[in-house]
Amino acid sequence: MPLAPAITDLEKLKDHPAITRLRGWNPAAVTDAKFDRDEISIYVERSAIREACALLRDDPNCPFNYLSDVTCVDWYPSEPRFEVVYHLLSIPQKERVRLKVRLSGDDPALESVTSVWPSANFFEREVYDLFGVRFAGHPYLRRIQMPENWEGHPLRKDYPVEGYR
Amino acid sequence: MGHLTATPALDAGQDRTMILNMGPQHPSTHGVLRLVLEIDGETVVRIMPDIGYLHTGIEKTCEAKFYQQVVPLTDRIDYLCPLTNNLCYVLAVEKLLGLEIPPKAQWLRVLLNELTRINSHLVWLGTHAMDIGALTVFLYCFREREDILRLFEAVSGQRMMTSYFRIGGVALEPPLDFFDRVRDFANRFPAKVDEYENLLTGNPIWKMRTKGVARITAEDAIALGASGPTLRGSGVDIDLRRDMPYSGYENFKFNVPVATEGDVFARYICRVQELRESNKIVQQALDGMPQGPIKADAPKVVLPDREKMKTQMEALIYHFKIITEGFSVPAGEVYQAVESPRGEMGYYVVSDGTAKPYRVHMRSACLANLQLLPKMCEGRLIADVVAAIGSIDIVLGEIDR
Repeated sequence: MPLAPAITDLEKLKDHPAITRLRGWNPAAVTDAKFDRDEISIYVERSAIREACALLRDDPNCPFNYLSDVTCVDWYPSEPRFEVVYHLLSIPQKERVRLKVRLSGDDPALESVTSVWPSANFFEREVYDLFGVRFAGHPYLRRIQMPENWEGHPLRKDYPVEGYR
Repeated sequence: MGHLTATPALDAGQDRTMILNMGPQHPSTHGVLRLVLEIDGETVVRIMPDIGYLHTGIEKTCEAKFYQQVVPLTDRIDYLCPLTNNLCYVLAVEKLLGLEIPPKAQWLRVLLNELTRINSHLVWLGTHAMDIGALTVFLYCFREREDILRLFEAVSGQRMMTSYFRIGGVALEPPLDFFDRVRDFANRFPAKVDEYENLLTGNPIWKMRTKGVARITAEDAIALGASGPTLRGSGVDIDLRRDMPYSGYENFKFNVPVATEGDVFARYICRVQELRESNKIVQQALDGMPQGPIKADAPKVVLPDREKMKTQMEALIYHFKIITEGFSVPAGEVYQAVESPRGEMGYYVVSDGTAKPYRVHMRSACLANLQLLPKMCEGRLIADVVAAIGSIDIVLGEIDR
Protein backbone atom coordinates (compact mmCIF):
# COMPACT_ATOMS: atom_id res chain seq x y z
CA MET A 1 0.00 0.00 0.00
CA PRO A 2 2.33 2.78 -1.21
CA LEU A 3 1.40 6.27 -0.14
CA ALA A 4 -0.47 8.31 -2.69
CA PRO A 5 0.89 11.85 -3.00
CA ALA A 6 -1.04 14.43 -1.03
CA ILE A 7 -3.37 16.71 -2.94
CA THR A 8 -2.84 20.24 -1.73
CA ASP A 9 -4.48 22.17 -4.55
CA LEU A 10 -7.68 23.77 -3.32
CA GLU A 11 -9.14 23.84 -6.85
CA LYS A 12 -8.84 20.06 -7.20
CA LEU A 13 -10.60 19.53 -3.90
CA LYS A 14 -13.38 22.01 -4.37
CA ASP A 15 -15.94 19.25 -4.99
CA HIS A 16 -15.65 17.89 -1.48
CA PRO A 17 -19.06 18.55 0.10
CA ALA A 18 -17.65 20.31 3.15
CA ILE A 19 -15.47 22.61 1.05
CA THR A 20 -18.31 23.34 -1.37
CA ARG A 21 -20.56 24.19 1.51
CA LEU A 22 -18.03 26.47 3.19
CA ARG A 23 -17.03 28.26 0.02
CA GLY A 24 -20.64 28.70 -0.98
CA TRP A 25 -21.17 30.55 2.28
CA ASN A 26 -18.02 32.62 2.27
CA PRO A 27 -15.31 32.09 -0.37
CA ALA A 28 -12.71 33.71 1.88
CA ALA A 29 -13.39 31.32 4.77
CA VAL A 30 -11.41 28.45 3.25
CA THR A 31 -7.78 29.40 2.83
CA ASP A 32 -6.29 26.03 1.98
CA ALA A 33 -7.07 22.33 1.87
CA LYS A 34 -5.20 19.07 1.83
CA PHE A 35 -6.16 15.50 1.01
CA ASP A 36 -3.59 13.12 2.38
CA ARG A 37 -3.79 9.46 3.46
CA ASP A 38 -7.55 9.43 2.84
CA GLU A 39 -8.12 12.29 5.23
CA ILE A 40 -9.29 15.75 4.31
CA SER A 41 -7.99 18.83 6.09
CA ILE A 42 -9.53 22.22 5.53
CA TYR A 43 -7.78 25.37 6.65
CA VAL A 44 -10.33 27.85 7.87
CA GLU A 45 -9.88 31.56 8.37
CA ARG A 46 -9.51 32.36 12.06
CA SER A 47 -12.50 34.70 12.27
CA ALA A 48 -14.80 32.20 10.52
CA ILE A 49 -14.28 29.08 12.61
CA ARG A 50 -17.38 29.24 14.78
CA GLU A 51 -19.73 29.95 11.91
CA ALA A 52 -17.98 27.36 9.74
CA CYS A 53 -18.57 24.73 12.43
CA ALA A 54 -22.20 25.71 12.81
CA LEU A 55 -22.63 25.55 9.05
CA LEU A 56 -21.12 22.08 8.76
CA ARG A 57 -23.13 20.84 11.74
CA ASP A 58 -26.41 21.93 10.14
CA ASP A 59 -25.61 20.78 6.59
CA PRO A 60 -28.74 18.94 5.42
CA ASN A 61 -26.87 16.52 3.12
CA CYS A 62 -23.91 15.59 5.24
CA PRO A 63 -24.28 16.96 8.75
CA PHE A 64 -21.00 16.89 10.63
CA ASN A 65 -22.98 16.78 13.82
CA TYR A 66 -20.37 15.37 16.19
CA LEU A 67 -17.23 17.07 17.41
CA SER A 68 -14.70 14.32 18.03
CA ASP A 69 -11.82 16.34 19.20
CA VAL A 70 -10.13 19.70 19.47
CA THR A 71 -6.40 19.91 19.82
CA CYS A 72 -3.46 22.02 18.82
CA VAL A 73 -0.03 21.67 17.22
CA ASP A 74 2.82 24.03 17.98
CA TRP A 75 5.13 24.69 14.99
CA TYR A 76 7.59 26.81 16.96
CA PRO A 77 9.75 28.58 15.80
CA SER A 78 8.00 28.97 12.44
CA GLU A 79 5.08 31.30 11.95
CA PRO A 80 2.09 31.06 12.06
CA ARG A 81 3.02 29.17 15.16
CA PHE A 82 -0.13 27.35 16.26
CA GLU A 83 -2.57 25.16 14.42
CA VAL A 84 -5.80 24.47 16.26
CA VAL A 85 -7.25 21.24 14.91
CA TYR A 86 -10.91 20.21 14.97
CA HIS A 87 -11.98 16.67 14.10
CA LEU A 88 -15.58 16.47 13.00
CA LEU A 89 -17.59 13.32 12.46
CA SER A 90 -20.81 12.89 10.59
CA ILE A 91 -22.76 10.23 12.46
CA PRO A 92 -25.36 9.73 9.67
CA GLN A 93 -22.80 9.62 6.83
CA LYS A 94 -19.84 8.13 8.75
CA GLU A 95 -17.52 10.74 7.34
CA ARG A 96 -14.75 12.68 8.98
CA VAL A 97 -13.34 16.07 8.23
CA ARG A 98 -10.52 17.99 9.85
CA LEU A 99 -10.67 21.75 10.25
CA LYS A 100 -7.58 23.74 11.03
CA VAL A 101 -7.01 27.29 12.08
CA ARG A 102 -3.57 28.85 11.93
CA LEU A 103 -2.69 31.28 14.69
CA SER A 104 0.28 33.53 15.16
CA GLY A 105 2.47 33.13 18.22
CA ASP A 106 1.93 36.73 19.34
CA ASP A 107 -1.81 36.53 19.61
CA PRO A 108 -3.01 32.93 19.88
CA ALA A 109 -6.72 33.53 20.26
CA LEU A 110 -9.83 32.52 18.38
CA GLU A 111 -13.53 32.10 18.88
CA SER A 112 -14.79 29.24 21.00
CA VAL A 113 -17.10 26.66 19.42
CA THR A 114 -18.78 25.79 22.73
CA SER A 115 -21.93 27.51 21.49
CA VAL A 116 -22.03 25.04 18.57
CA TRP A 117 -21.03 21.92 20.52
CA PRO A 118 -21.01 22.06 24.33
CA SER A 119 -18.55 19.16 24.15
CA ALA A 120 -15.83 21.62 23.10
CA ASN A 121 -15.78 22.86 26.70
CA PHE A 122 -13.19 20.43 28.10
CA PHE A 123 -11.28 20.12 24.83
CA GLU A 124 -10.76 23.86 24.54
CA ARG A 125 -9.84 24.16 28.20
CA GLU A 126 -7.18 21.54 27.64
CA VAL A 127 -5.77 23.41 24.63
CA TYR A 128 -5.78 26.62 26.65
CA ASP A 129 -4.07 24.89 29.55
CA LEU A 130 -1.35 23.08 27.61
CA PHE A 131 -0.76 25.53 24.73
CA GLY A 132 -1.94 28.89 26.00
CA VAL A 133 -4.39 29.42 23.14
CA ARG A 134 -7.30 31.55 24.31
CA PHE A 135 -10.87 30.89 23.22
CA ALA A 136 -13.11 33.93 23.20
CA GLY A 137 -16.61 33.23 24.44
CA HIS A 138 -15.70 30.09 26.37
CA PRO A 139 -17.87 29.83 29.50
CA TYR A 140 -15.10 28.72 31.88
CA LEU A 141 -11.65 29.09 30.39
CA ARG A 142 -9.41 27.88 33.19
CA ARG A 143 -6.65 25.33 33.54
CA ILE A 144 -7.97 21.77 33.49
CA GLN A 145 -5.00 19.40 33.73
CA MET A 146 -2.29 21.51 35.34
CA PRO A 147 -2.63 23.19 38.76
CA GLU A 148 -4.14 26.67 38.75
CA ASN A 149 -0.86 28.33 39.73
CA TRP A 150 1.28 26.60 37.11
CA GLU A 151 3.52 28.77 35.02
CA GLY A 152 3.85 28.18 31.31
CA HIS A 153 2.08 25.85 28.91
CA PRO A 154 3.74 22.41 28.87
CA LEU A 155 2.93 21.23 25.36
CA ARG A 156 4.54 24.23 23.71
CA LYS A 157 7.69 23.25 21.91
CA ASP A 158 9.81 25.80 23.78
CA TYR A 159 8.84 24.17 27.08
CA PRO A 160 11.44 21.54 28.02
CA VAL A 161 10.30 17.92 28.31
CA GLU A 162 11.82 17.68 31.80
CA GLY A 163 10.13 20.92 32.86
CA TYR A 164 11.88 23.87 34.46
CA ARG A 165 13.93 22.98 37.50
CA MET B 1 -42.33 22.78 76.49
CA GLY B 2 -44.02 26.07 75.69
CA HIS B 3 -41.12 28.15 76.96
CA LEU B 4 -38.80 26.91 74.21
CA THR B 5 -38.70 29.06 71.13
CA ALA B 6 -39.25 27.22 67.93
CA THR B 7 -36.22 26.81 65.71
CA PRO B 8 -36.28 29.70 63.27
CA ALA B 9 -37.21 28.35 59.86
CA LEU B 10 -34.61 29.01 57.21
CA ASP B 11 -35.77 31.14 54.37
CA ALA B 12 -35.64 29.42 51.07
CA GLY B 13 -32.95 31.32 49.28
CA GLN B 14 -29.37 31.33 48.32
CA ASP B 15 -28.11 29.94 51.62
CA ARG B 16 -30.21 26.83 51.26
CA THR B 17 -27.49 25.06 49.33
CA MET B 18 -24.16 23.81 50.52
CA ILE B 19 -21.00 22.70 48.75
CA LEU B 20 -19.93 19.09 49.12
CA ASN B 21 -16.62 17.75 47.94
CA MET B 22 -16.72 14.26 46.50
CA GLY B 23 -13.29 12.87 45.80
CA PRO B 24 -10.53 12.92 44.68
CA GLN B 25 -10.12 10.04 47.12
CA HIS B 26 -13.51 8.43 47.01
CA PRO B 27 -14.12 4.77 46.17
CA SER B 28 -17.03 5.39 43.84
CA THR B 29 -15.29 7.96 41.67
CA HIS B 30 -13.20 5.17 40.10
CA GLY B 31 -9.89 6.87 40.53
CA VAL B 32 -9.02 10.42 41.34
CA LEU B 33 -12.01 12.29 40.02
CA ARG B 34 -13.11 15.19 42.18
CA LEU B 35 -16.67 16.40 41.96
CA VAL B 36 -17.76 19.62 43.57
CA LEU B 37 -21.43 19.20 44.31
CA GLU B 38 -23.76 22.00 45.22
CA ILE B 39 -26.56 20.31 47.12
CA ASP B 40 -29.89 21.30 48.53
CA GLY B 41 -30.55 18.61 51.12
CA GLU B 42 -30.11 15.38 49.22
CA THR B 43 -30.74 17.00 45.86
CA VAL B 44 -27.88 17.93 43.59
CA VAL B 45 -28.20 21.44 42.24
CA ARG B 46 -24.94 21.73 40.36
CA ILE B 47 -21.94 19.54 39.61
CA MET B 48 -18.49 20.69 38.66
CA PRO B 49 -16.05 17.91 37.73
CA ASP B 50 -12.45 18.69 38.60
CA ILE B 51 -9.79 16.59 36.90
CA GLY B 52 -6.05 16.60 36.38
CA TYR B 53 -4.96 14.73 39.51
CA LEU B 54 -3.44 11.98 37.37
CA HIS B 55 -1.90 14.17 34.69
CA THR B 56 1.44 12.65 33.74
CA GLY B 57 2.17 14.50 30.52
CA ILE B 58 2.19 11.42 28.29
CA GLU B 59 1.58 13.54 25.19
CA LYS B 60 4.70 15.56 25.95
CA THR B 61 6.77 12.46 26.69
CA CYS B 62 5.79 10.93 23.34
CA GLU B 63 7.44 13.82 21.51
CA ALA B 64 10.80 12.87 23.01
CA LYS B 65 10.65 9.16 22.09
CA PHE B 66 11.14 7.19 18.89
CA TYR B 67 7.95 5.98 17.26
CA GLN B 68 8.38 2.43 18.54
CA GLN B 69 9.14 3.63 22.06
CA VAL B 70 5.72 5.25 22.35
CA VAL B 71 3.92 1.88 22.37
CA PRO B 72 4.57 1.15 26.08
CA LEU B 73 3.42 4.66 26.97
CA THR B 74 0.06 4.01 25.36
CA ASP B 75 -0.50 1.12 27.77
CA ARG B 76 -0.32 3.46 30.69
CA ILE B 77 -3.11 5.70 29.46
CA ASP B 78 -5.90 3.32 30.22
CA TYR B 79 -5.00 0.44 32.48
CA LEU B 80 -8.16 -1.48 31.59
CA CYS B 81 -7.66 -1.54 27.84
CA PRO B 82 -3.95 -1.31 27.09
CA LEU B 83 -4.28 -3.31 23.89
CA THR B 84 -6.92 -0.99 22.48
CA ASN B 85 -4.59 1.92 22.98
CA ASN B 86 -1.68 -0.03 21.49
CA LEU B 87 -3.83 -0.82 18.48
CA CYS B 88 -4.99 2.72 17.94
CA TYR B 89 -1.47 4.08 18.07
CA VAL B 90 0.11 1.48 15.80
CA LEU B 91 -2.72 1.83 13.28
CA ALA B 92 -2.12 5.57 13.17
CA VAL B 93 1.62 5.16 12.59
CA GLU B 94 1.04 2.40 10.03
CA LYS B 95 -1.30 4.73 8.18
CA LEU B 96 1.39 7.40 8.21
CA LEU B 97 3.91 4.90 6.86
CA GLY B 98 1.52 3.29 4.39
CA LEU B 99 2.28 -0.16 5.80
CA GLU B 100 0.28 -3.23 4.87
CA ILE B 101 -0.28 -5.60 7.79
CA PRO B 102 -0.47 -9.36 7.21
CA PRO B 103 -3.89 -10.91 7.87
CA LYS B 104 -2.79 -13.07 10.76
CA ALA B 105 -1.54 -10.04 12.67
CA GLN B 106 -4.79 -8.22 11.99
CA TRP B 107 -6.89 -11.12 13.25
CA LEU B 108 -4.73 -11.53 16.31
CA ARG B 109 -5.20 -7.87 17.03
CA VAL B 110 -8.97 -8.19 16.71
CA LEU B 111 -8.99 -11.27 18.93
CA LEU B 112 -6.99 -9.57 21.65
CA ASN B 113 -8.95 -6.37 21.38
CA GLU B 114 -12.20 -8.16 21.99
CA LEU B 115 -10.69 -9.96 24.96
CA THR B 116 -9.63 -6.55 26.20
CA ARG B 117 -13.17 -5.27 25.78
CA ILE B 118 -14.49 -8.19 27.82
CA ASN B 119 -11.83 -7.55 30.45
CA SER B 120 -12.66 -3.87 30.66
CA HIS B 121 -16.41 -4.42 30.77
CA LEU B 122 -15.97 -7.00 33.53
CA VAL B 123 -14.14 -4.52 35.72
CA TRP B 124 -16.78 -1.92 34.91
CA LEU B 125 -19.62 -4.30 35.73
CA GLY B 126 -18.07 -5.43 38.99
CA THR B 127 -17.27 -1.97 40.29
CA HIS B 128 -20.48 -0.39 39.00
CA ALA B 129 -22.57 -3.03 40.73
CA MET B 130 -20.51 -2.67 43.89
CA ASP B 131 -21.08 1.10 43.92
CA ILE B 132 -24.80 0.51 43.85
CA GLY B 133 -24.58 -2.15 46.54
CA ALA B 134 -24.51 -5.50 44.74
CA LEU B 135 -21.24 -6.76 46.16
CA THR B 136 -21.31 -10.32 44.85
CA VAL B 137 -21.10 -9.40 41.19
CA PHE B 138 -17.64 -8.00 41.72
CA LEU B 139 -16.29 -11.40 42.78
CA TYR B 140 -17.93 -13.17 39.84
CA CYS B 141 -16.53 -10.65 37.34
CA PHE B 142 -13.03 -10.76 38.70
CA ARG B 143 -13.05 -14.55 38.46
CA GLU B 144 -13.38 -14.35 34.66
CA ARG B 145 -11.14 -11.33 34.43
CA GLU B 146 -8.39 -13.37 36.02
CA ASP B 147 -8.70 -15.90 33.18
CA ILE B 148 -8.29 -13.14 30.63
CA LEU B 149 -5.30 -11.66 32.42
CA ARG B 150 -3.69 -15.10 32.33
CA LEU B 151 -4.29 -15.20 28.58
CA PHE B 152 -2.63 -11.81 28.23
CA GLU B 153 0.26 -13.04 30.29
CA ALA B 154 0.62 -16.10 28.08
CA VAL B 155 0.66 -14.10 24.89
CA SER B 156 2.66 -11.05 25.89
CA GLY B 157 4.39 -11.88 29.17
CA GLN B 158 2.46 -9.19 31.04
CA ARG B 159 -0.92 -9.23 32.72
CA MET B 160 -1.77 -5.58 32.36
CA MET B 161 0.83 -3.46 30.57
CA THR B 162 0.94 -5.76 27.59
CA SER B 163 2.64 -3.65 24.85
CA TYR B 164 2.07 -6.59 22.54
CA PHE B 165 1.39 -4.79 19.28
CA ARG B 166 4.24 -3.42 17.24
CA ILE B 167 4.31 -1.02 14.36
CA GLY B 168 3.99 -3.45 11.48
CA GLY B 169 2.48 -6.41 13.30
CA VAL B 170 2.61 -8.04 16.71
CA ALA B 171 5.60 -8.75 18.92
CA LEU B 172 5.69 -12.54 19.02
CA GLU B 173 3.95 -15.65 17.82
CA PRO B 174 1.41 -16.62 20.47
CA PRO B 175 2.41 -19.74 22.45
CA LEU B 176 1.33 -23.13 21.12
CA ASP B 177 -1.65 -23.77 23.37
CA PHE B 178 -2.83 -20.17 23.32
CA PHE B 179 -5.70 -20.57 20.87
CA ASP B 180 -6.98 -23.65 22.70
CA ARG B 181 -7.01 -21.73 25.94
CA VAL B 182 -8.87 -18.83 24.35
CA ARG B 183 -11.39 -21.23 22.84
CA ASP B 184 -11.90 -22.86 26.19
CA PHE B 185 -12.56 -19.45 27.72
CA ALA B 186 -14.87 -18.38 24.88
CA ASN B 187 -16.93 -21.57 25.26
CA ARG B 188 -17.36 -21.07 28.99
CA PHE B 189 -17.99 -17.36 28.93
CA PRO B 190 -21.64 -17.02 27.73
CA ALA B 191 -22.80 -19.06 30.73
CA LYS B 192 -20.92 -16.67 32.98
CA VAL B 193 -22.68 -13.68 31.45
CA ASP B 194 -25.95 -15.45 32.25
CA GLU B 195 -24.78 -15.63 35.85
CA TYR B 196 -24.15 -11.89 36.01
CA GLU B 197 -27.47 -11.19 34.40
CA ASN B 198 -29.22 -13.49 36.85
CA LEU B 199 -27.83 -11.37 39.63
CA LEU B 200 -28.69 -8.01 38.15
CA THR B 201 -30.98 -7.69 35.13
CA GLY B 202 -34.15 -8.88 36.79
CA ASN B 203 -33.20 -7.80 40.29
CA PRO B 204 -35.86 -5.35 41.56
CA ILE B 205 -33.37 -3.37 43.67
CA TRP B 206 -31.01 -3.03 40.71
CA LYS B 207 -33.86 -1.89 38.52
CA MET B 208 -35.02 0.68 41.07
CA ARG B 209 -31.54 2.09 41.35
CA THR B 210 -30.90 2.26 37.60
CA LYS B 211 -34.14 2.61 35.61
CA GLY B 212 -34.98 6.21 34.82
CA VAL B 213 -31.85 7.37 36.61
CA ALA B 214 -29.39 9.82 35.05
CA ARG B 215 -31.29 9.98 31.81
CA ILE B 216 -29.82 11.71 28.79
CA THR B 217 -31.37 12.27 25.37
CA ALA B 218 -29.66 11.42 22.09
CA GLU B 219 -29.39 15.11 21.14
CA ASP B 220 -27.72 16.02 24.41
CA ALA B 221 -25.41 13.03 24.23
CA ILE B 222 -24.21 14.00 20.74
CA ALA B 223 -23.86 17.66 21.64
CA LEU B 224 -21.84 16.82 24.74
CA GLY B 225 -19.53 14.48 22.84
CA ALA B 226 -20.59 11.10 24.23
CA SER B 227 -19.44 7.98 22.45
CA GLY B 228 -19.42 4.24 22.83
CA PRO B 229 -22.03 2.49 25.00
CA THR B 230 -22.84 5.82 26.65
CA LEU B 231 -24.04 7.13 23.30
CA ARG B 232 -25.66 3.86 22.19
CA GLY B 233 -27.58 3.73 25.45
CA SER B 234 -29.34 6.86 24.24
CA GLY B 235 -30.37 5.27 20.96
CA VAL B 236 -27.65 6.49 18.60
CA ASP B 237 -26.60 3.53 16.50
CA ILE B 238 -22.92 4.02 15.79
CA ASP B 239 -20.04 1.67 16.35
CA LEU B 240 -16.73 2.43 14.69
CA ARG B 241 -15.91 -1.26 14.36
CA ARG B 242 -18.88 -1.71 12.05
CA ASP B 243 -19.27 1.75 10.51
CA MET B 244 -15.67 2.76 9.88
CA PRO B 245 -13.88 -0.59 10.11
CA TYR B 246 -10.19 -0.86 10.90
CA SER B 247 -7.79 -3.78 11.35
CA GLY B 248 -10.03 -6.19 9.44
CA TYR B 249 -13.22 -5.73 11.49
CA GLU B 250 -15.19 -5.80 8.24
CA ASN B 251 -14.63 -9.58 8.19
CA PHE B 252 -16.57 -10.15 11.39
CA LYS B 253 -20.28 -10.41 11.97
CA PHE B 254 -21.67 -8.97 15.17
CA ASN B 255 -24.59 -6.95 16.39
CA VAL B 256 -24.31 -3.52 17.89
CA PRO B 257 -26.53 -3.37 20.98
CA VAL B 258 -28.52 -0.16 21.17
CA ALA B 259 -30.98 0.88 23.86
CA THR B 260 -33.21 3.90 23.64
CA GLU B 261 -34.02 4.86 27.23
CA GLY B 262 -30.75 6.72 27.86
CA ASP B 263 -30.68 5.85 31.55
CA VAL B 264 -28.23 3.90 33.68
CA PHE B 265 -30.06 0.66 32.98
CA ALA B 266 -29.88 1.21 29.21
CA ARG B 267 -26.14 1.70 29.36
CA TYR B 268 -25.86 -1.38 31.54
CA ILE B 269 -27.82 -3.46 29.04
CA CYS B 270 -25.71 -2.21 26.13
CA ARG B 271 -22.48 -3.19 27.83
CA VAL B 272 -23.70 -6.57 28.99
CA GLN B 273 -24.86 -7.37 25.46
CA GLU B 274 -21.49 -6.22 24.20
CA LEU B 275 -19.88 -8.87 26.39
CA ARG B 276 -21.76 -11.50 24.40
CA GLU B 277 -21.04 -9.87 21.05
CA SER B 278 -17.34 -9.57 21.83
CA ASN B 279 -17.29 -13.23 22.72
CA LYS B 280 -18.82 -13.99 19.32
CA ILE B 281 -16.06 -12.01 17.62
CA VAL B 282 -13.46 -13.90 19.63
CA GLN B 283 -14.92 -17.18 18.41
CA GLN B 284 -15.01 -16.02 14.80
CA ALA B 285 -11.42 -14.87 15.07
CA LEU B 286 -10.43 -18.28 16.40
CA ASP B 287 -12.33 -20.12 13.66
CA GLY B 288 -10.94 -18.09 10.80
CA MET B 289 -7.46 -17.33 12.07
CA PRO B 290 -5.32 -17.12 8.90
CA GLN B 291 -1.89 -18.62 8.63
CA GLY B 292 1.14 -16.66 7.65
CA PRO B 293 3.55 -14.07 8.97
CA ILE B 294 2.75 -11.90 11.96
CA LYS B 295 4.89 -8.98 10.88
CA ALA B 296 4.85 -6.80 7.80
CA ASP B 297 7.62 -7.16 5.26
CA ALA B 298 9.28 -3.83 6.00
CA PRO B 299 12.83 -4.39 7.26
CA LYS B 300 13.42 -0.71 7.95
CA VAL B 301 10.48 -0.54 10.36
CA VAL B 302 9.95 -4.01 11.77
CA LEU B 303 12.63 -5.60 13.92
CA PRO B 304 14.11 -8.75 12.33
CA ASP B 305 13.65 -12.19 13.85
CA ARG B 306 16.24 -13.23 16.37
CA GLU B 307 17.37 -16.14 14.23
CA LYS B 308 17.99 -13.95 11.20
CA MET B 309 20.04 -11.56 13.29
CA LYS B 310 22.39 -14.35 14.22
CA THR B 311 22.95 -15.43 10.64
CA GLN B 312 22.44 -12.41 8.37
CA MET B 313 24.54 -9.28 8.42
CA GLU B 314 21.75 -7.19 6.89
CA ALA B 315 19.28 -8.11 9.58
CA LEU B 316 21.77 -7.18 12.25
CA ILE B 317 22.34 -3.78 10.66
CA TYR B 318 18.63 -3.07 10.41
CA HIS B 319 18.16 -4.08 14.01
CA PHE B 320 20.98 -1.82 15.13
CA LYS B 321 19.63 1.11 13.15
CA ILE B 322 16.04 0.77 14.36
CA ILE B 323 17.12 0.53 17.97
CA THR B 324 19.68 3.33 17.92
CA GLU B 325 18.16 5.87 15.57
CA GLY B 326 14.59 4.74 15.01
CA PHE B 327 12.95 4.91 11.61
CA SER B 328 11.78 8.04 9.89
CA VAL B 329 8.13 8.45 9.05
CA PRO B 330 7.02 10.52 6.03
CA ALA B 331 5.70 13.91 7.04
CA GLY B 332 1.97 14.16 7.44
CA GLU B 333 -0.79 13.74 9.93
CA VAL B 334 -3.33 11.08 10.72
CA TYR B 335 -6.34 10.80 12.96
CA GLN B 336 -7.10 7.18 13.73
CA ALA B 337 -10.10 6.31 15.85
CA VAL B 338 -11.02 2.93 17.26
CA GLU B 339 -13.98 1.76 19.28
CA SER B 340 -12.51 1.34 22.73
CA PRO B 341 -14.63 -0.19 25.51
CA ARG B 342 -15.44 3.35 26.56
CA GLY B 343 -16.11 4.93 23.19
CA GLU B 344 -14.20 6.67 20.47
CA MET B 345 -10.52 6.46 21.27
CA GLY B 346 -8.61 8.56 18.77
CA TYR B 347 -4.93 9.13 18.13
CA TYR B 348 -3.87 12.19 16.21
CA VAL B 349 -0.26 11.70 15.18
CA VAL B 350 1.70 14.40 13.36
CA SER B 351 4.99 13.58 11.73
CA ASP B 352 7.59 16.05 10.53
CA GLY B 353 9.60 13.40 8.71
CA THR B 354 11.96 12.50 11.55
CA ALA B 355 12.15 9.41 13.77
CA LYS B 356 10.23 10.98 16.64
CA PRO B 357 6.57 11.96 16.46
CA TYR B 358 6.12 15.70 16.27
CA ARG B 359 2.87 15.52 18.14
CA VAL B 360 0.78 12.68 19.56
CA HIS B 361 -2.64 13.57 20.85
CA MET B 362 -5.05 11.11 22.38
CA ARG B 363 -8.73 11.78 21.98
CA SER B 364 -10.06 10.44 25.23
CA ALA B 365 -13.54 8.97 25.20
CA CYS B 366 -13.83 9.38 28.97
CA LEU B 367 -12.95 13.07 28.93
CA ALA B 368 -15.88 13.72 26.61
CA ASN B 369 -18.21 11.32 28.40
CA LEU B 370 -17.48 13.00 31.72
CA GLN B 371 -19.04 16.18 30.38
CA LEU B 372 -22.40 14.43 30.44
CA LEU B 373 -22.34 14.05 34.19
CA PRO B 374 -23.75 17.49 35.14
CA LYS B 375 -26.55 17.09 32.62
CA MET B 376 -27.36 13.62 33.92
CA CYS B 377 -27.36 14.38 37.62
CA GLU B 378 -28.51 17.91 38.23
CA GLY B 379 -31.81 17.83 40.05
CA ARG B 380 -31.36 14.26 41.20
CA LEU B 381 -30.19 12.66 44.45
CA ILE B 382 -26.58 12.28 45.57
CA ALA B 383 -26.91 8.50 45.45
CA ASP B 384 -27.76 8.76 41.75
CA VAL B 385 -24.49 10.54 41.10
CA VAL B 386 -22.69 7.37 42.13
CA ALA B 387 -24.83 5.32 39.75
CA ALA B 388 -24.23 7.82 36.95
CA ILE B 389 -20.45 7.84 37.38
CA GLY B 390 -20.44 4.06 37.18
CA SER B 391 -22.65 4.06 34.11
CA ILE B 392 -20.33 6.25 32.01
CA ASP B 393 -17.41 3.96 32.86
CA ILE B 394 -14.60 6.42 33.34
CA VAL B 395 -10.91 5.69 33.70
CA LEU B 396 -9.09 8.67 35.10
CA GLY B 397 -5.77 7.67 33.60
CA GLU B 398 -7.29 8.22 30.19
CA ILE B 399 -8.96 11.49 31.13
CA ASP B 400 -5.85 13.10 32.56
CA ARG B 401 -3.18 11.38 30.46
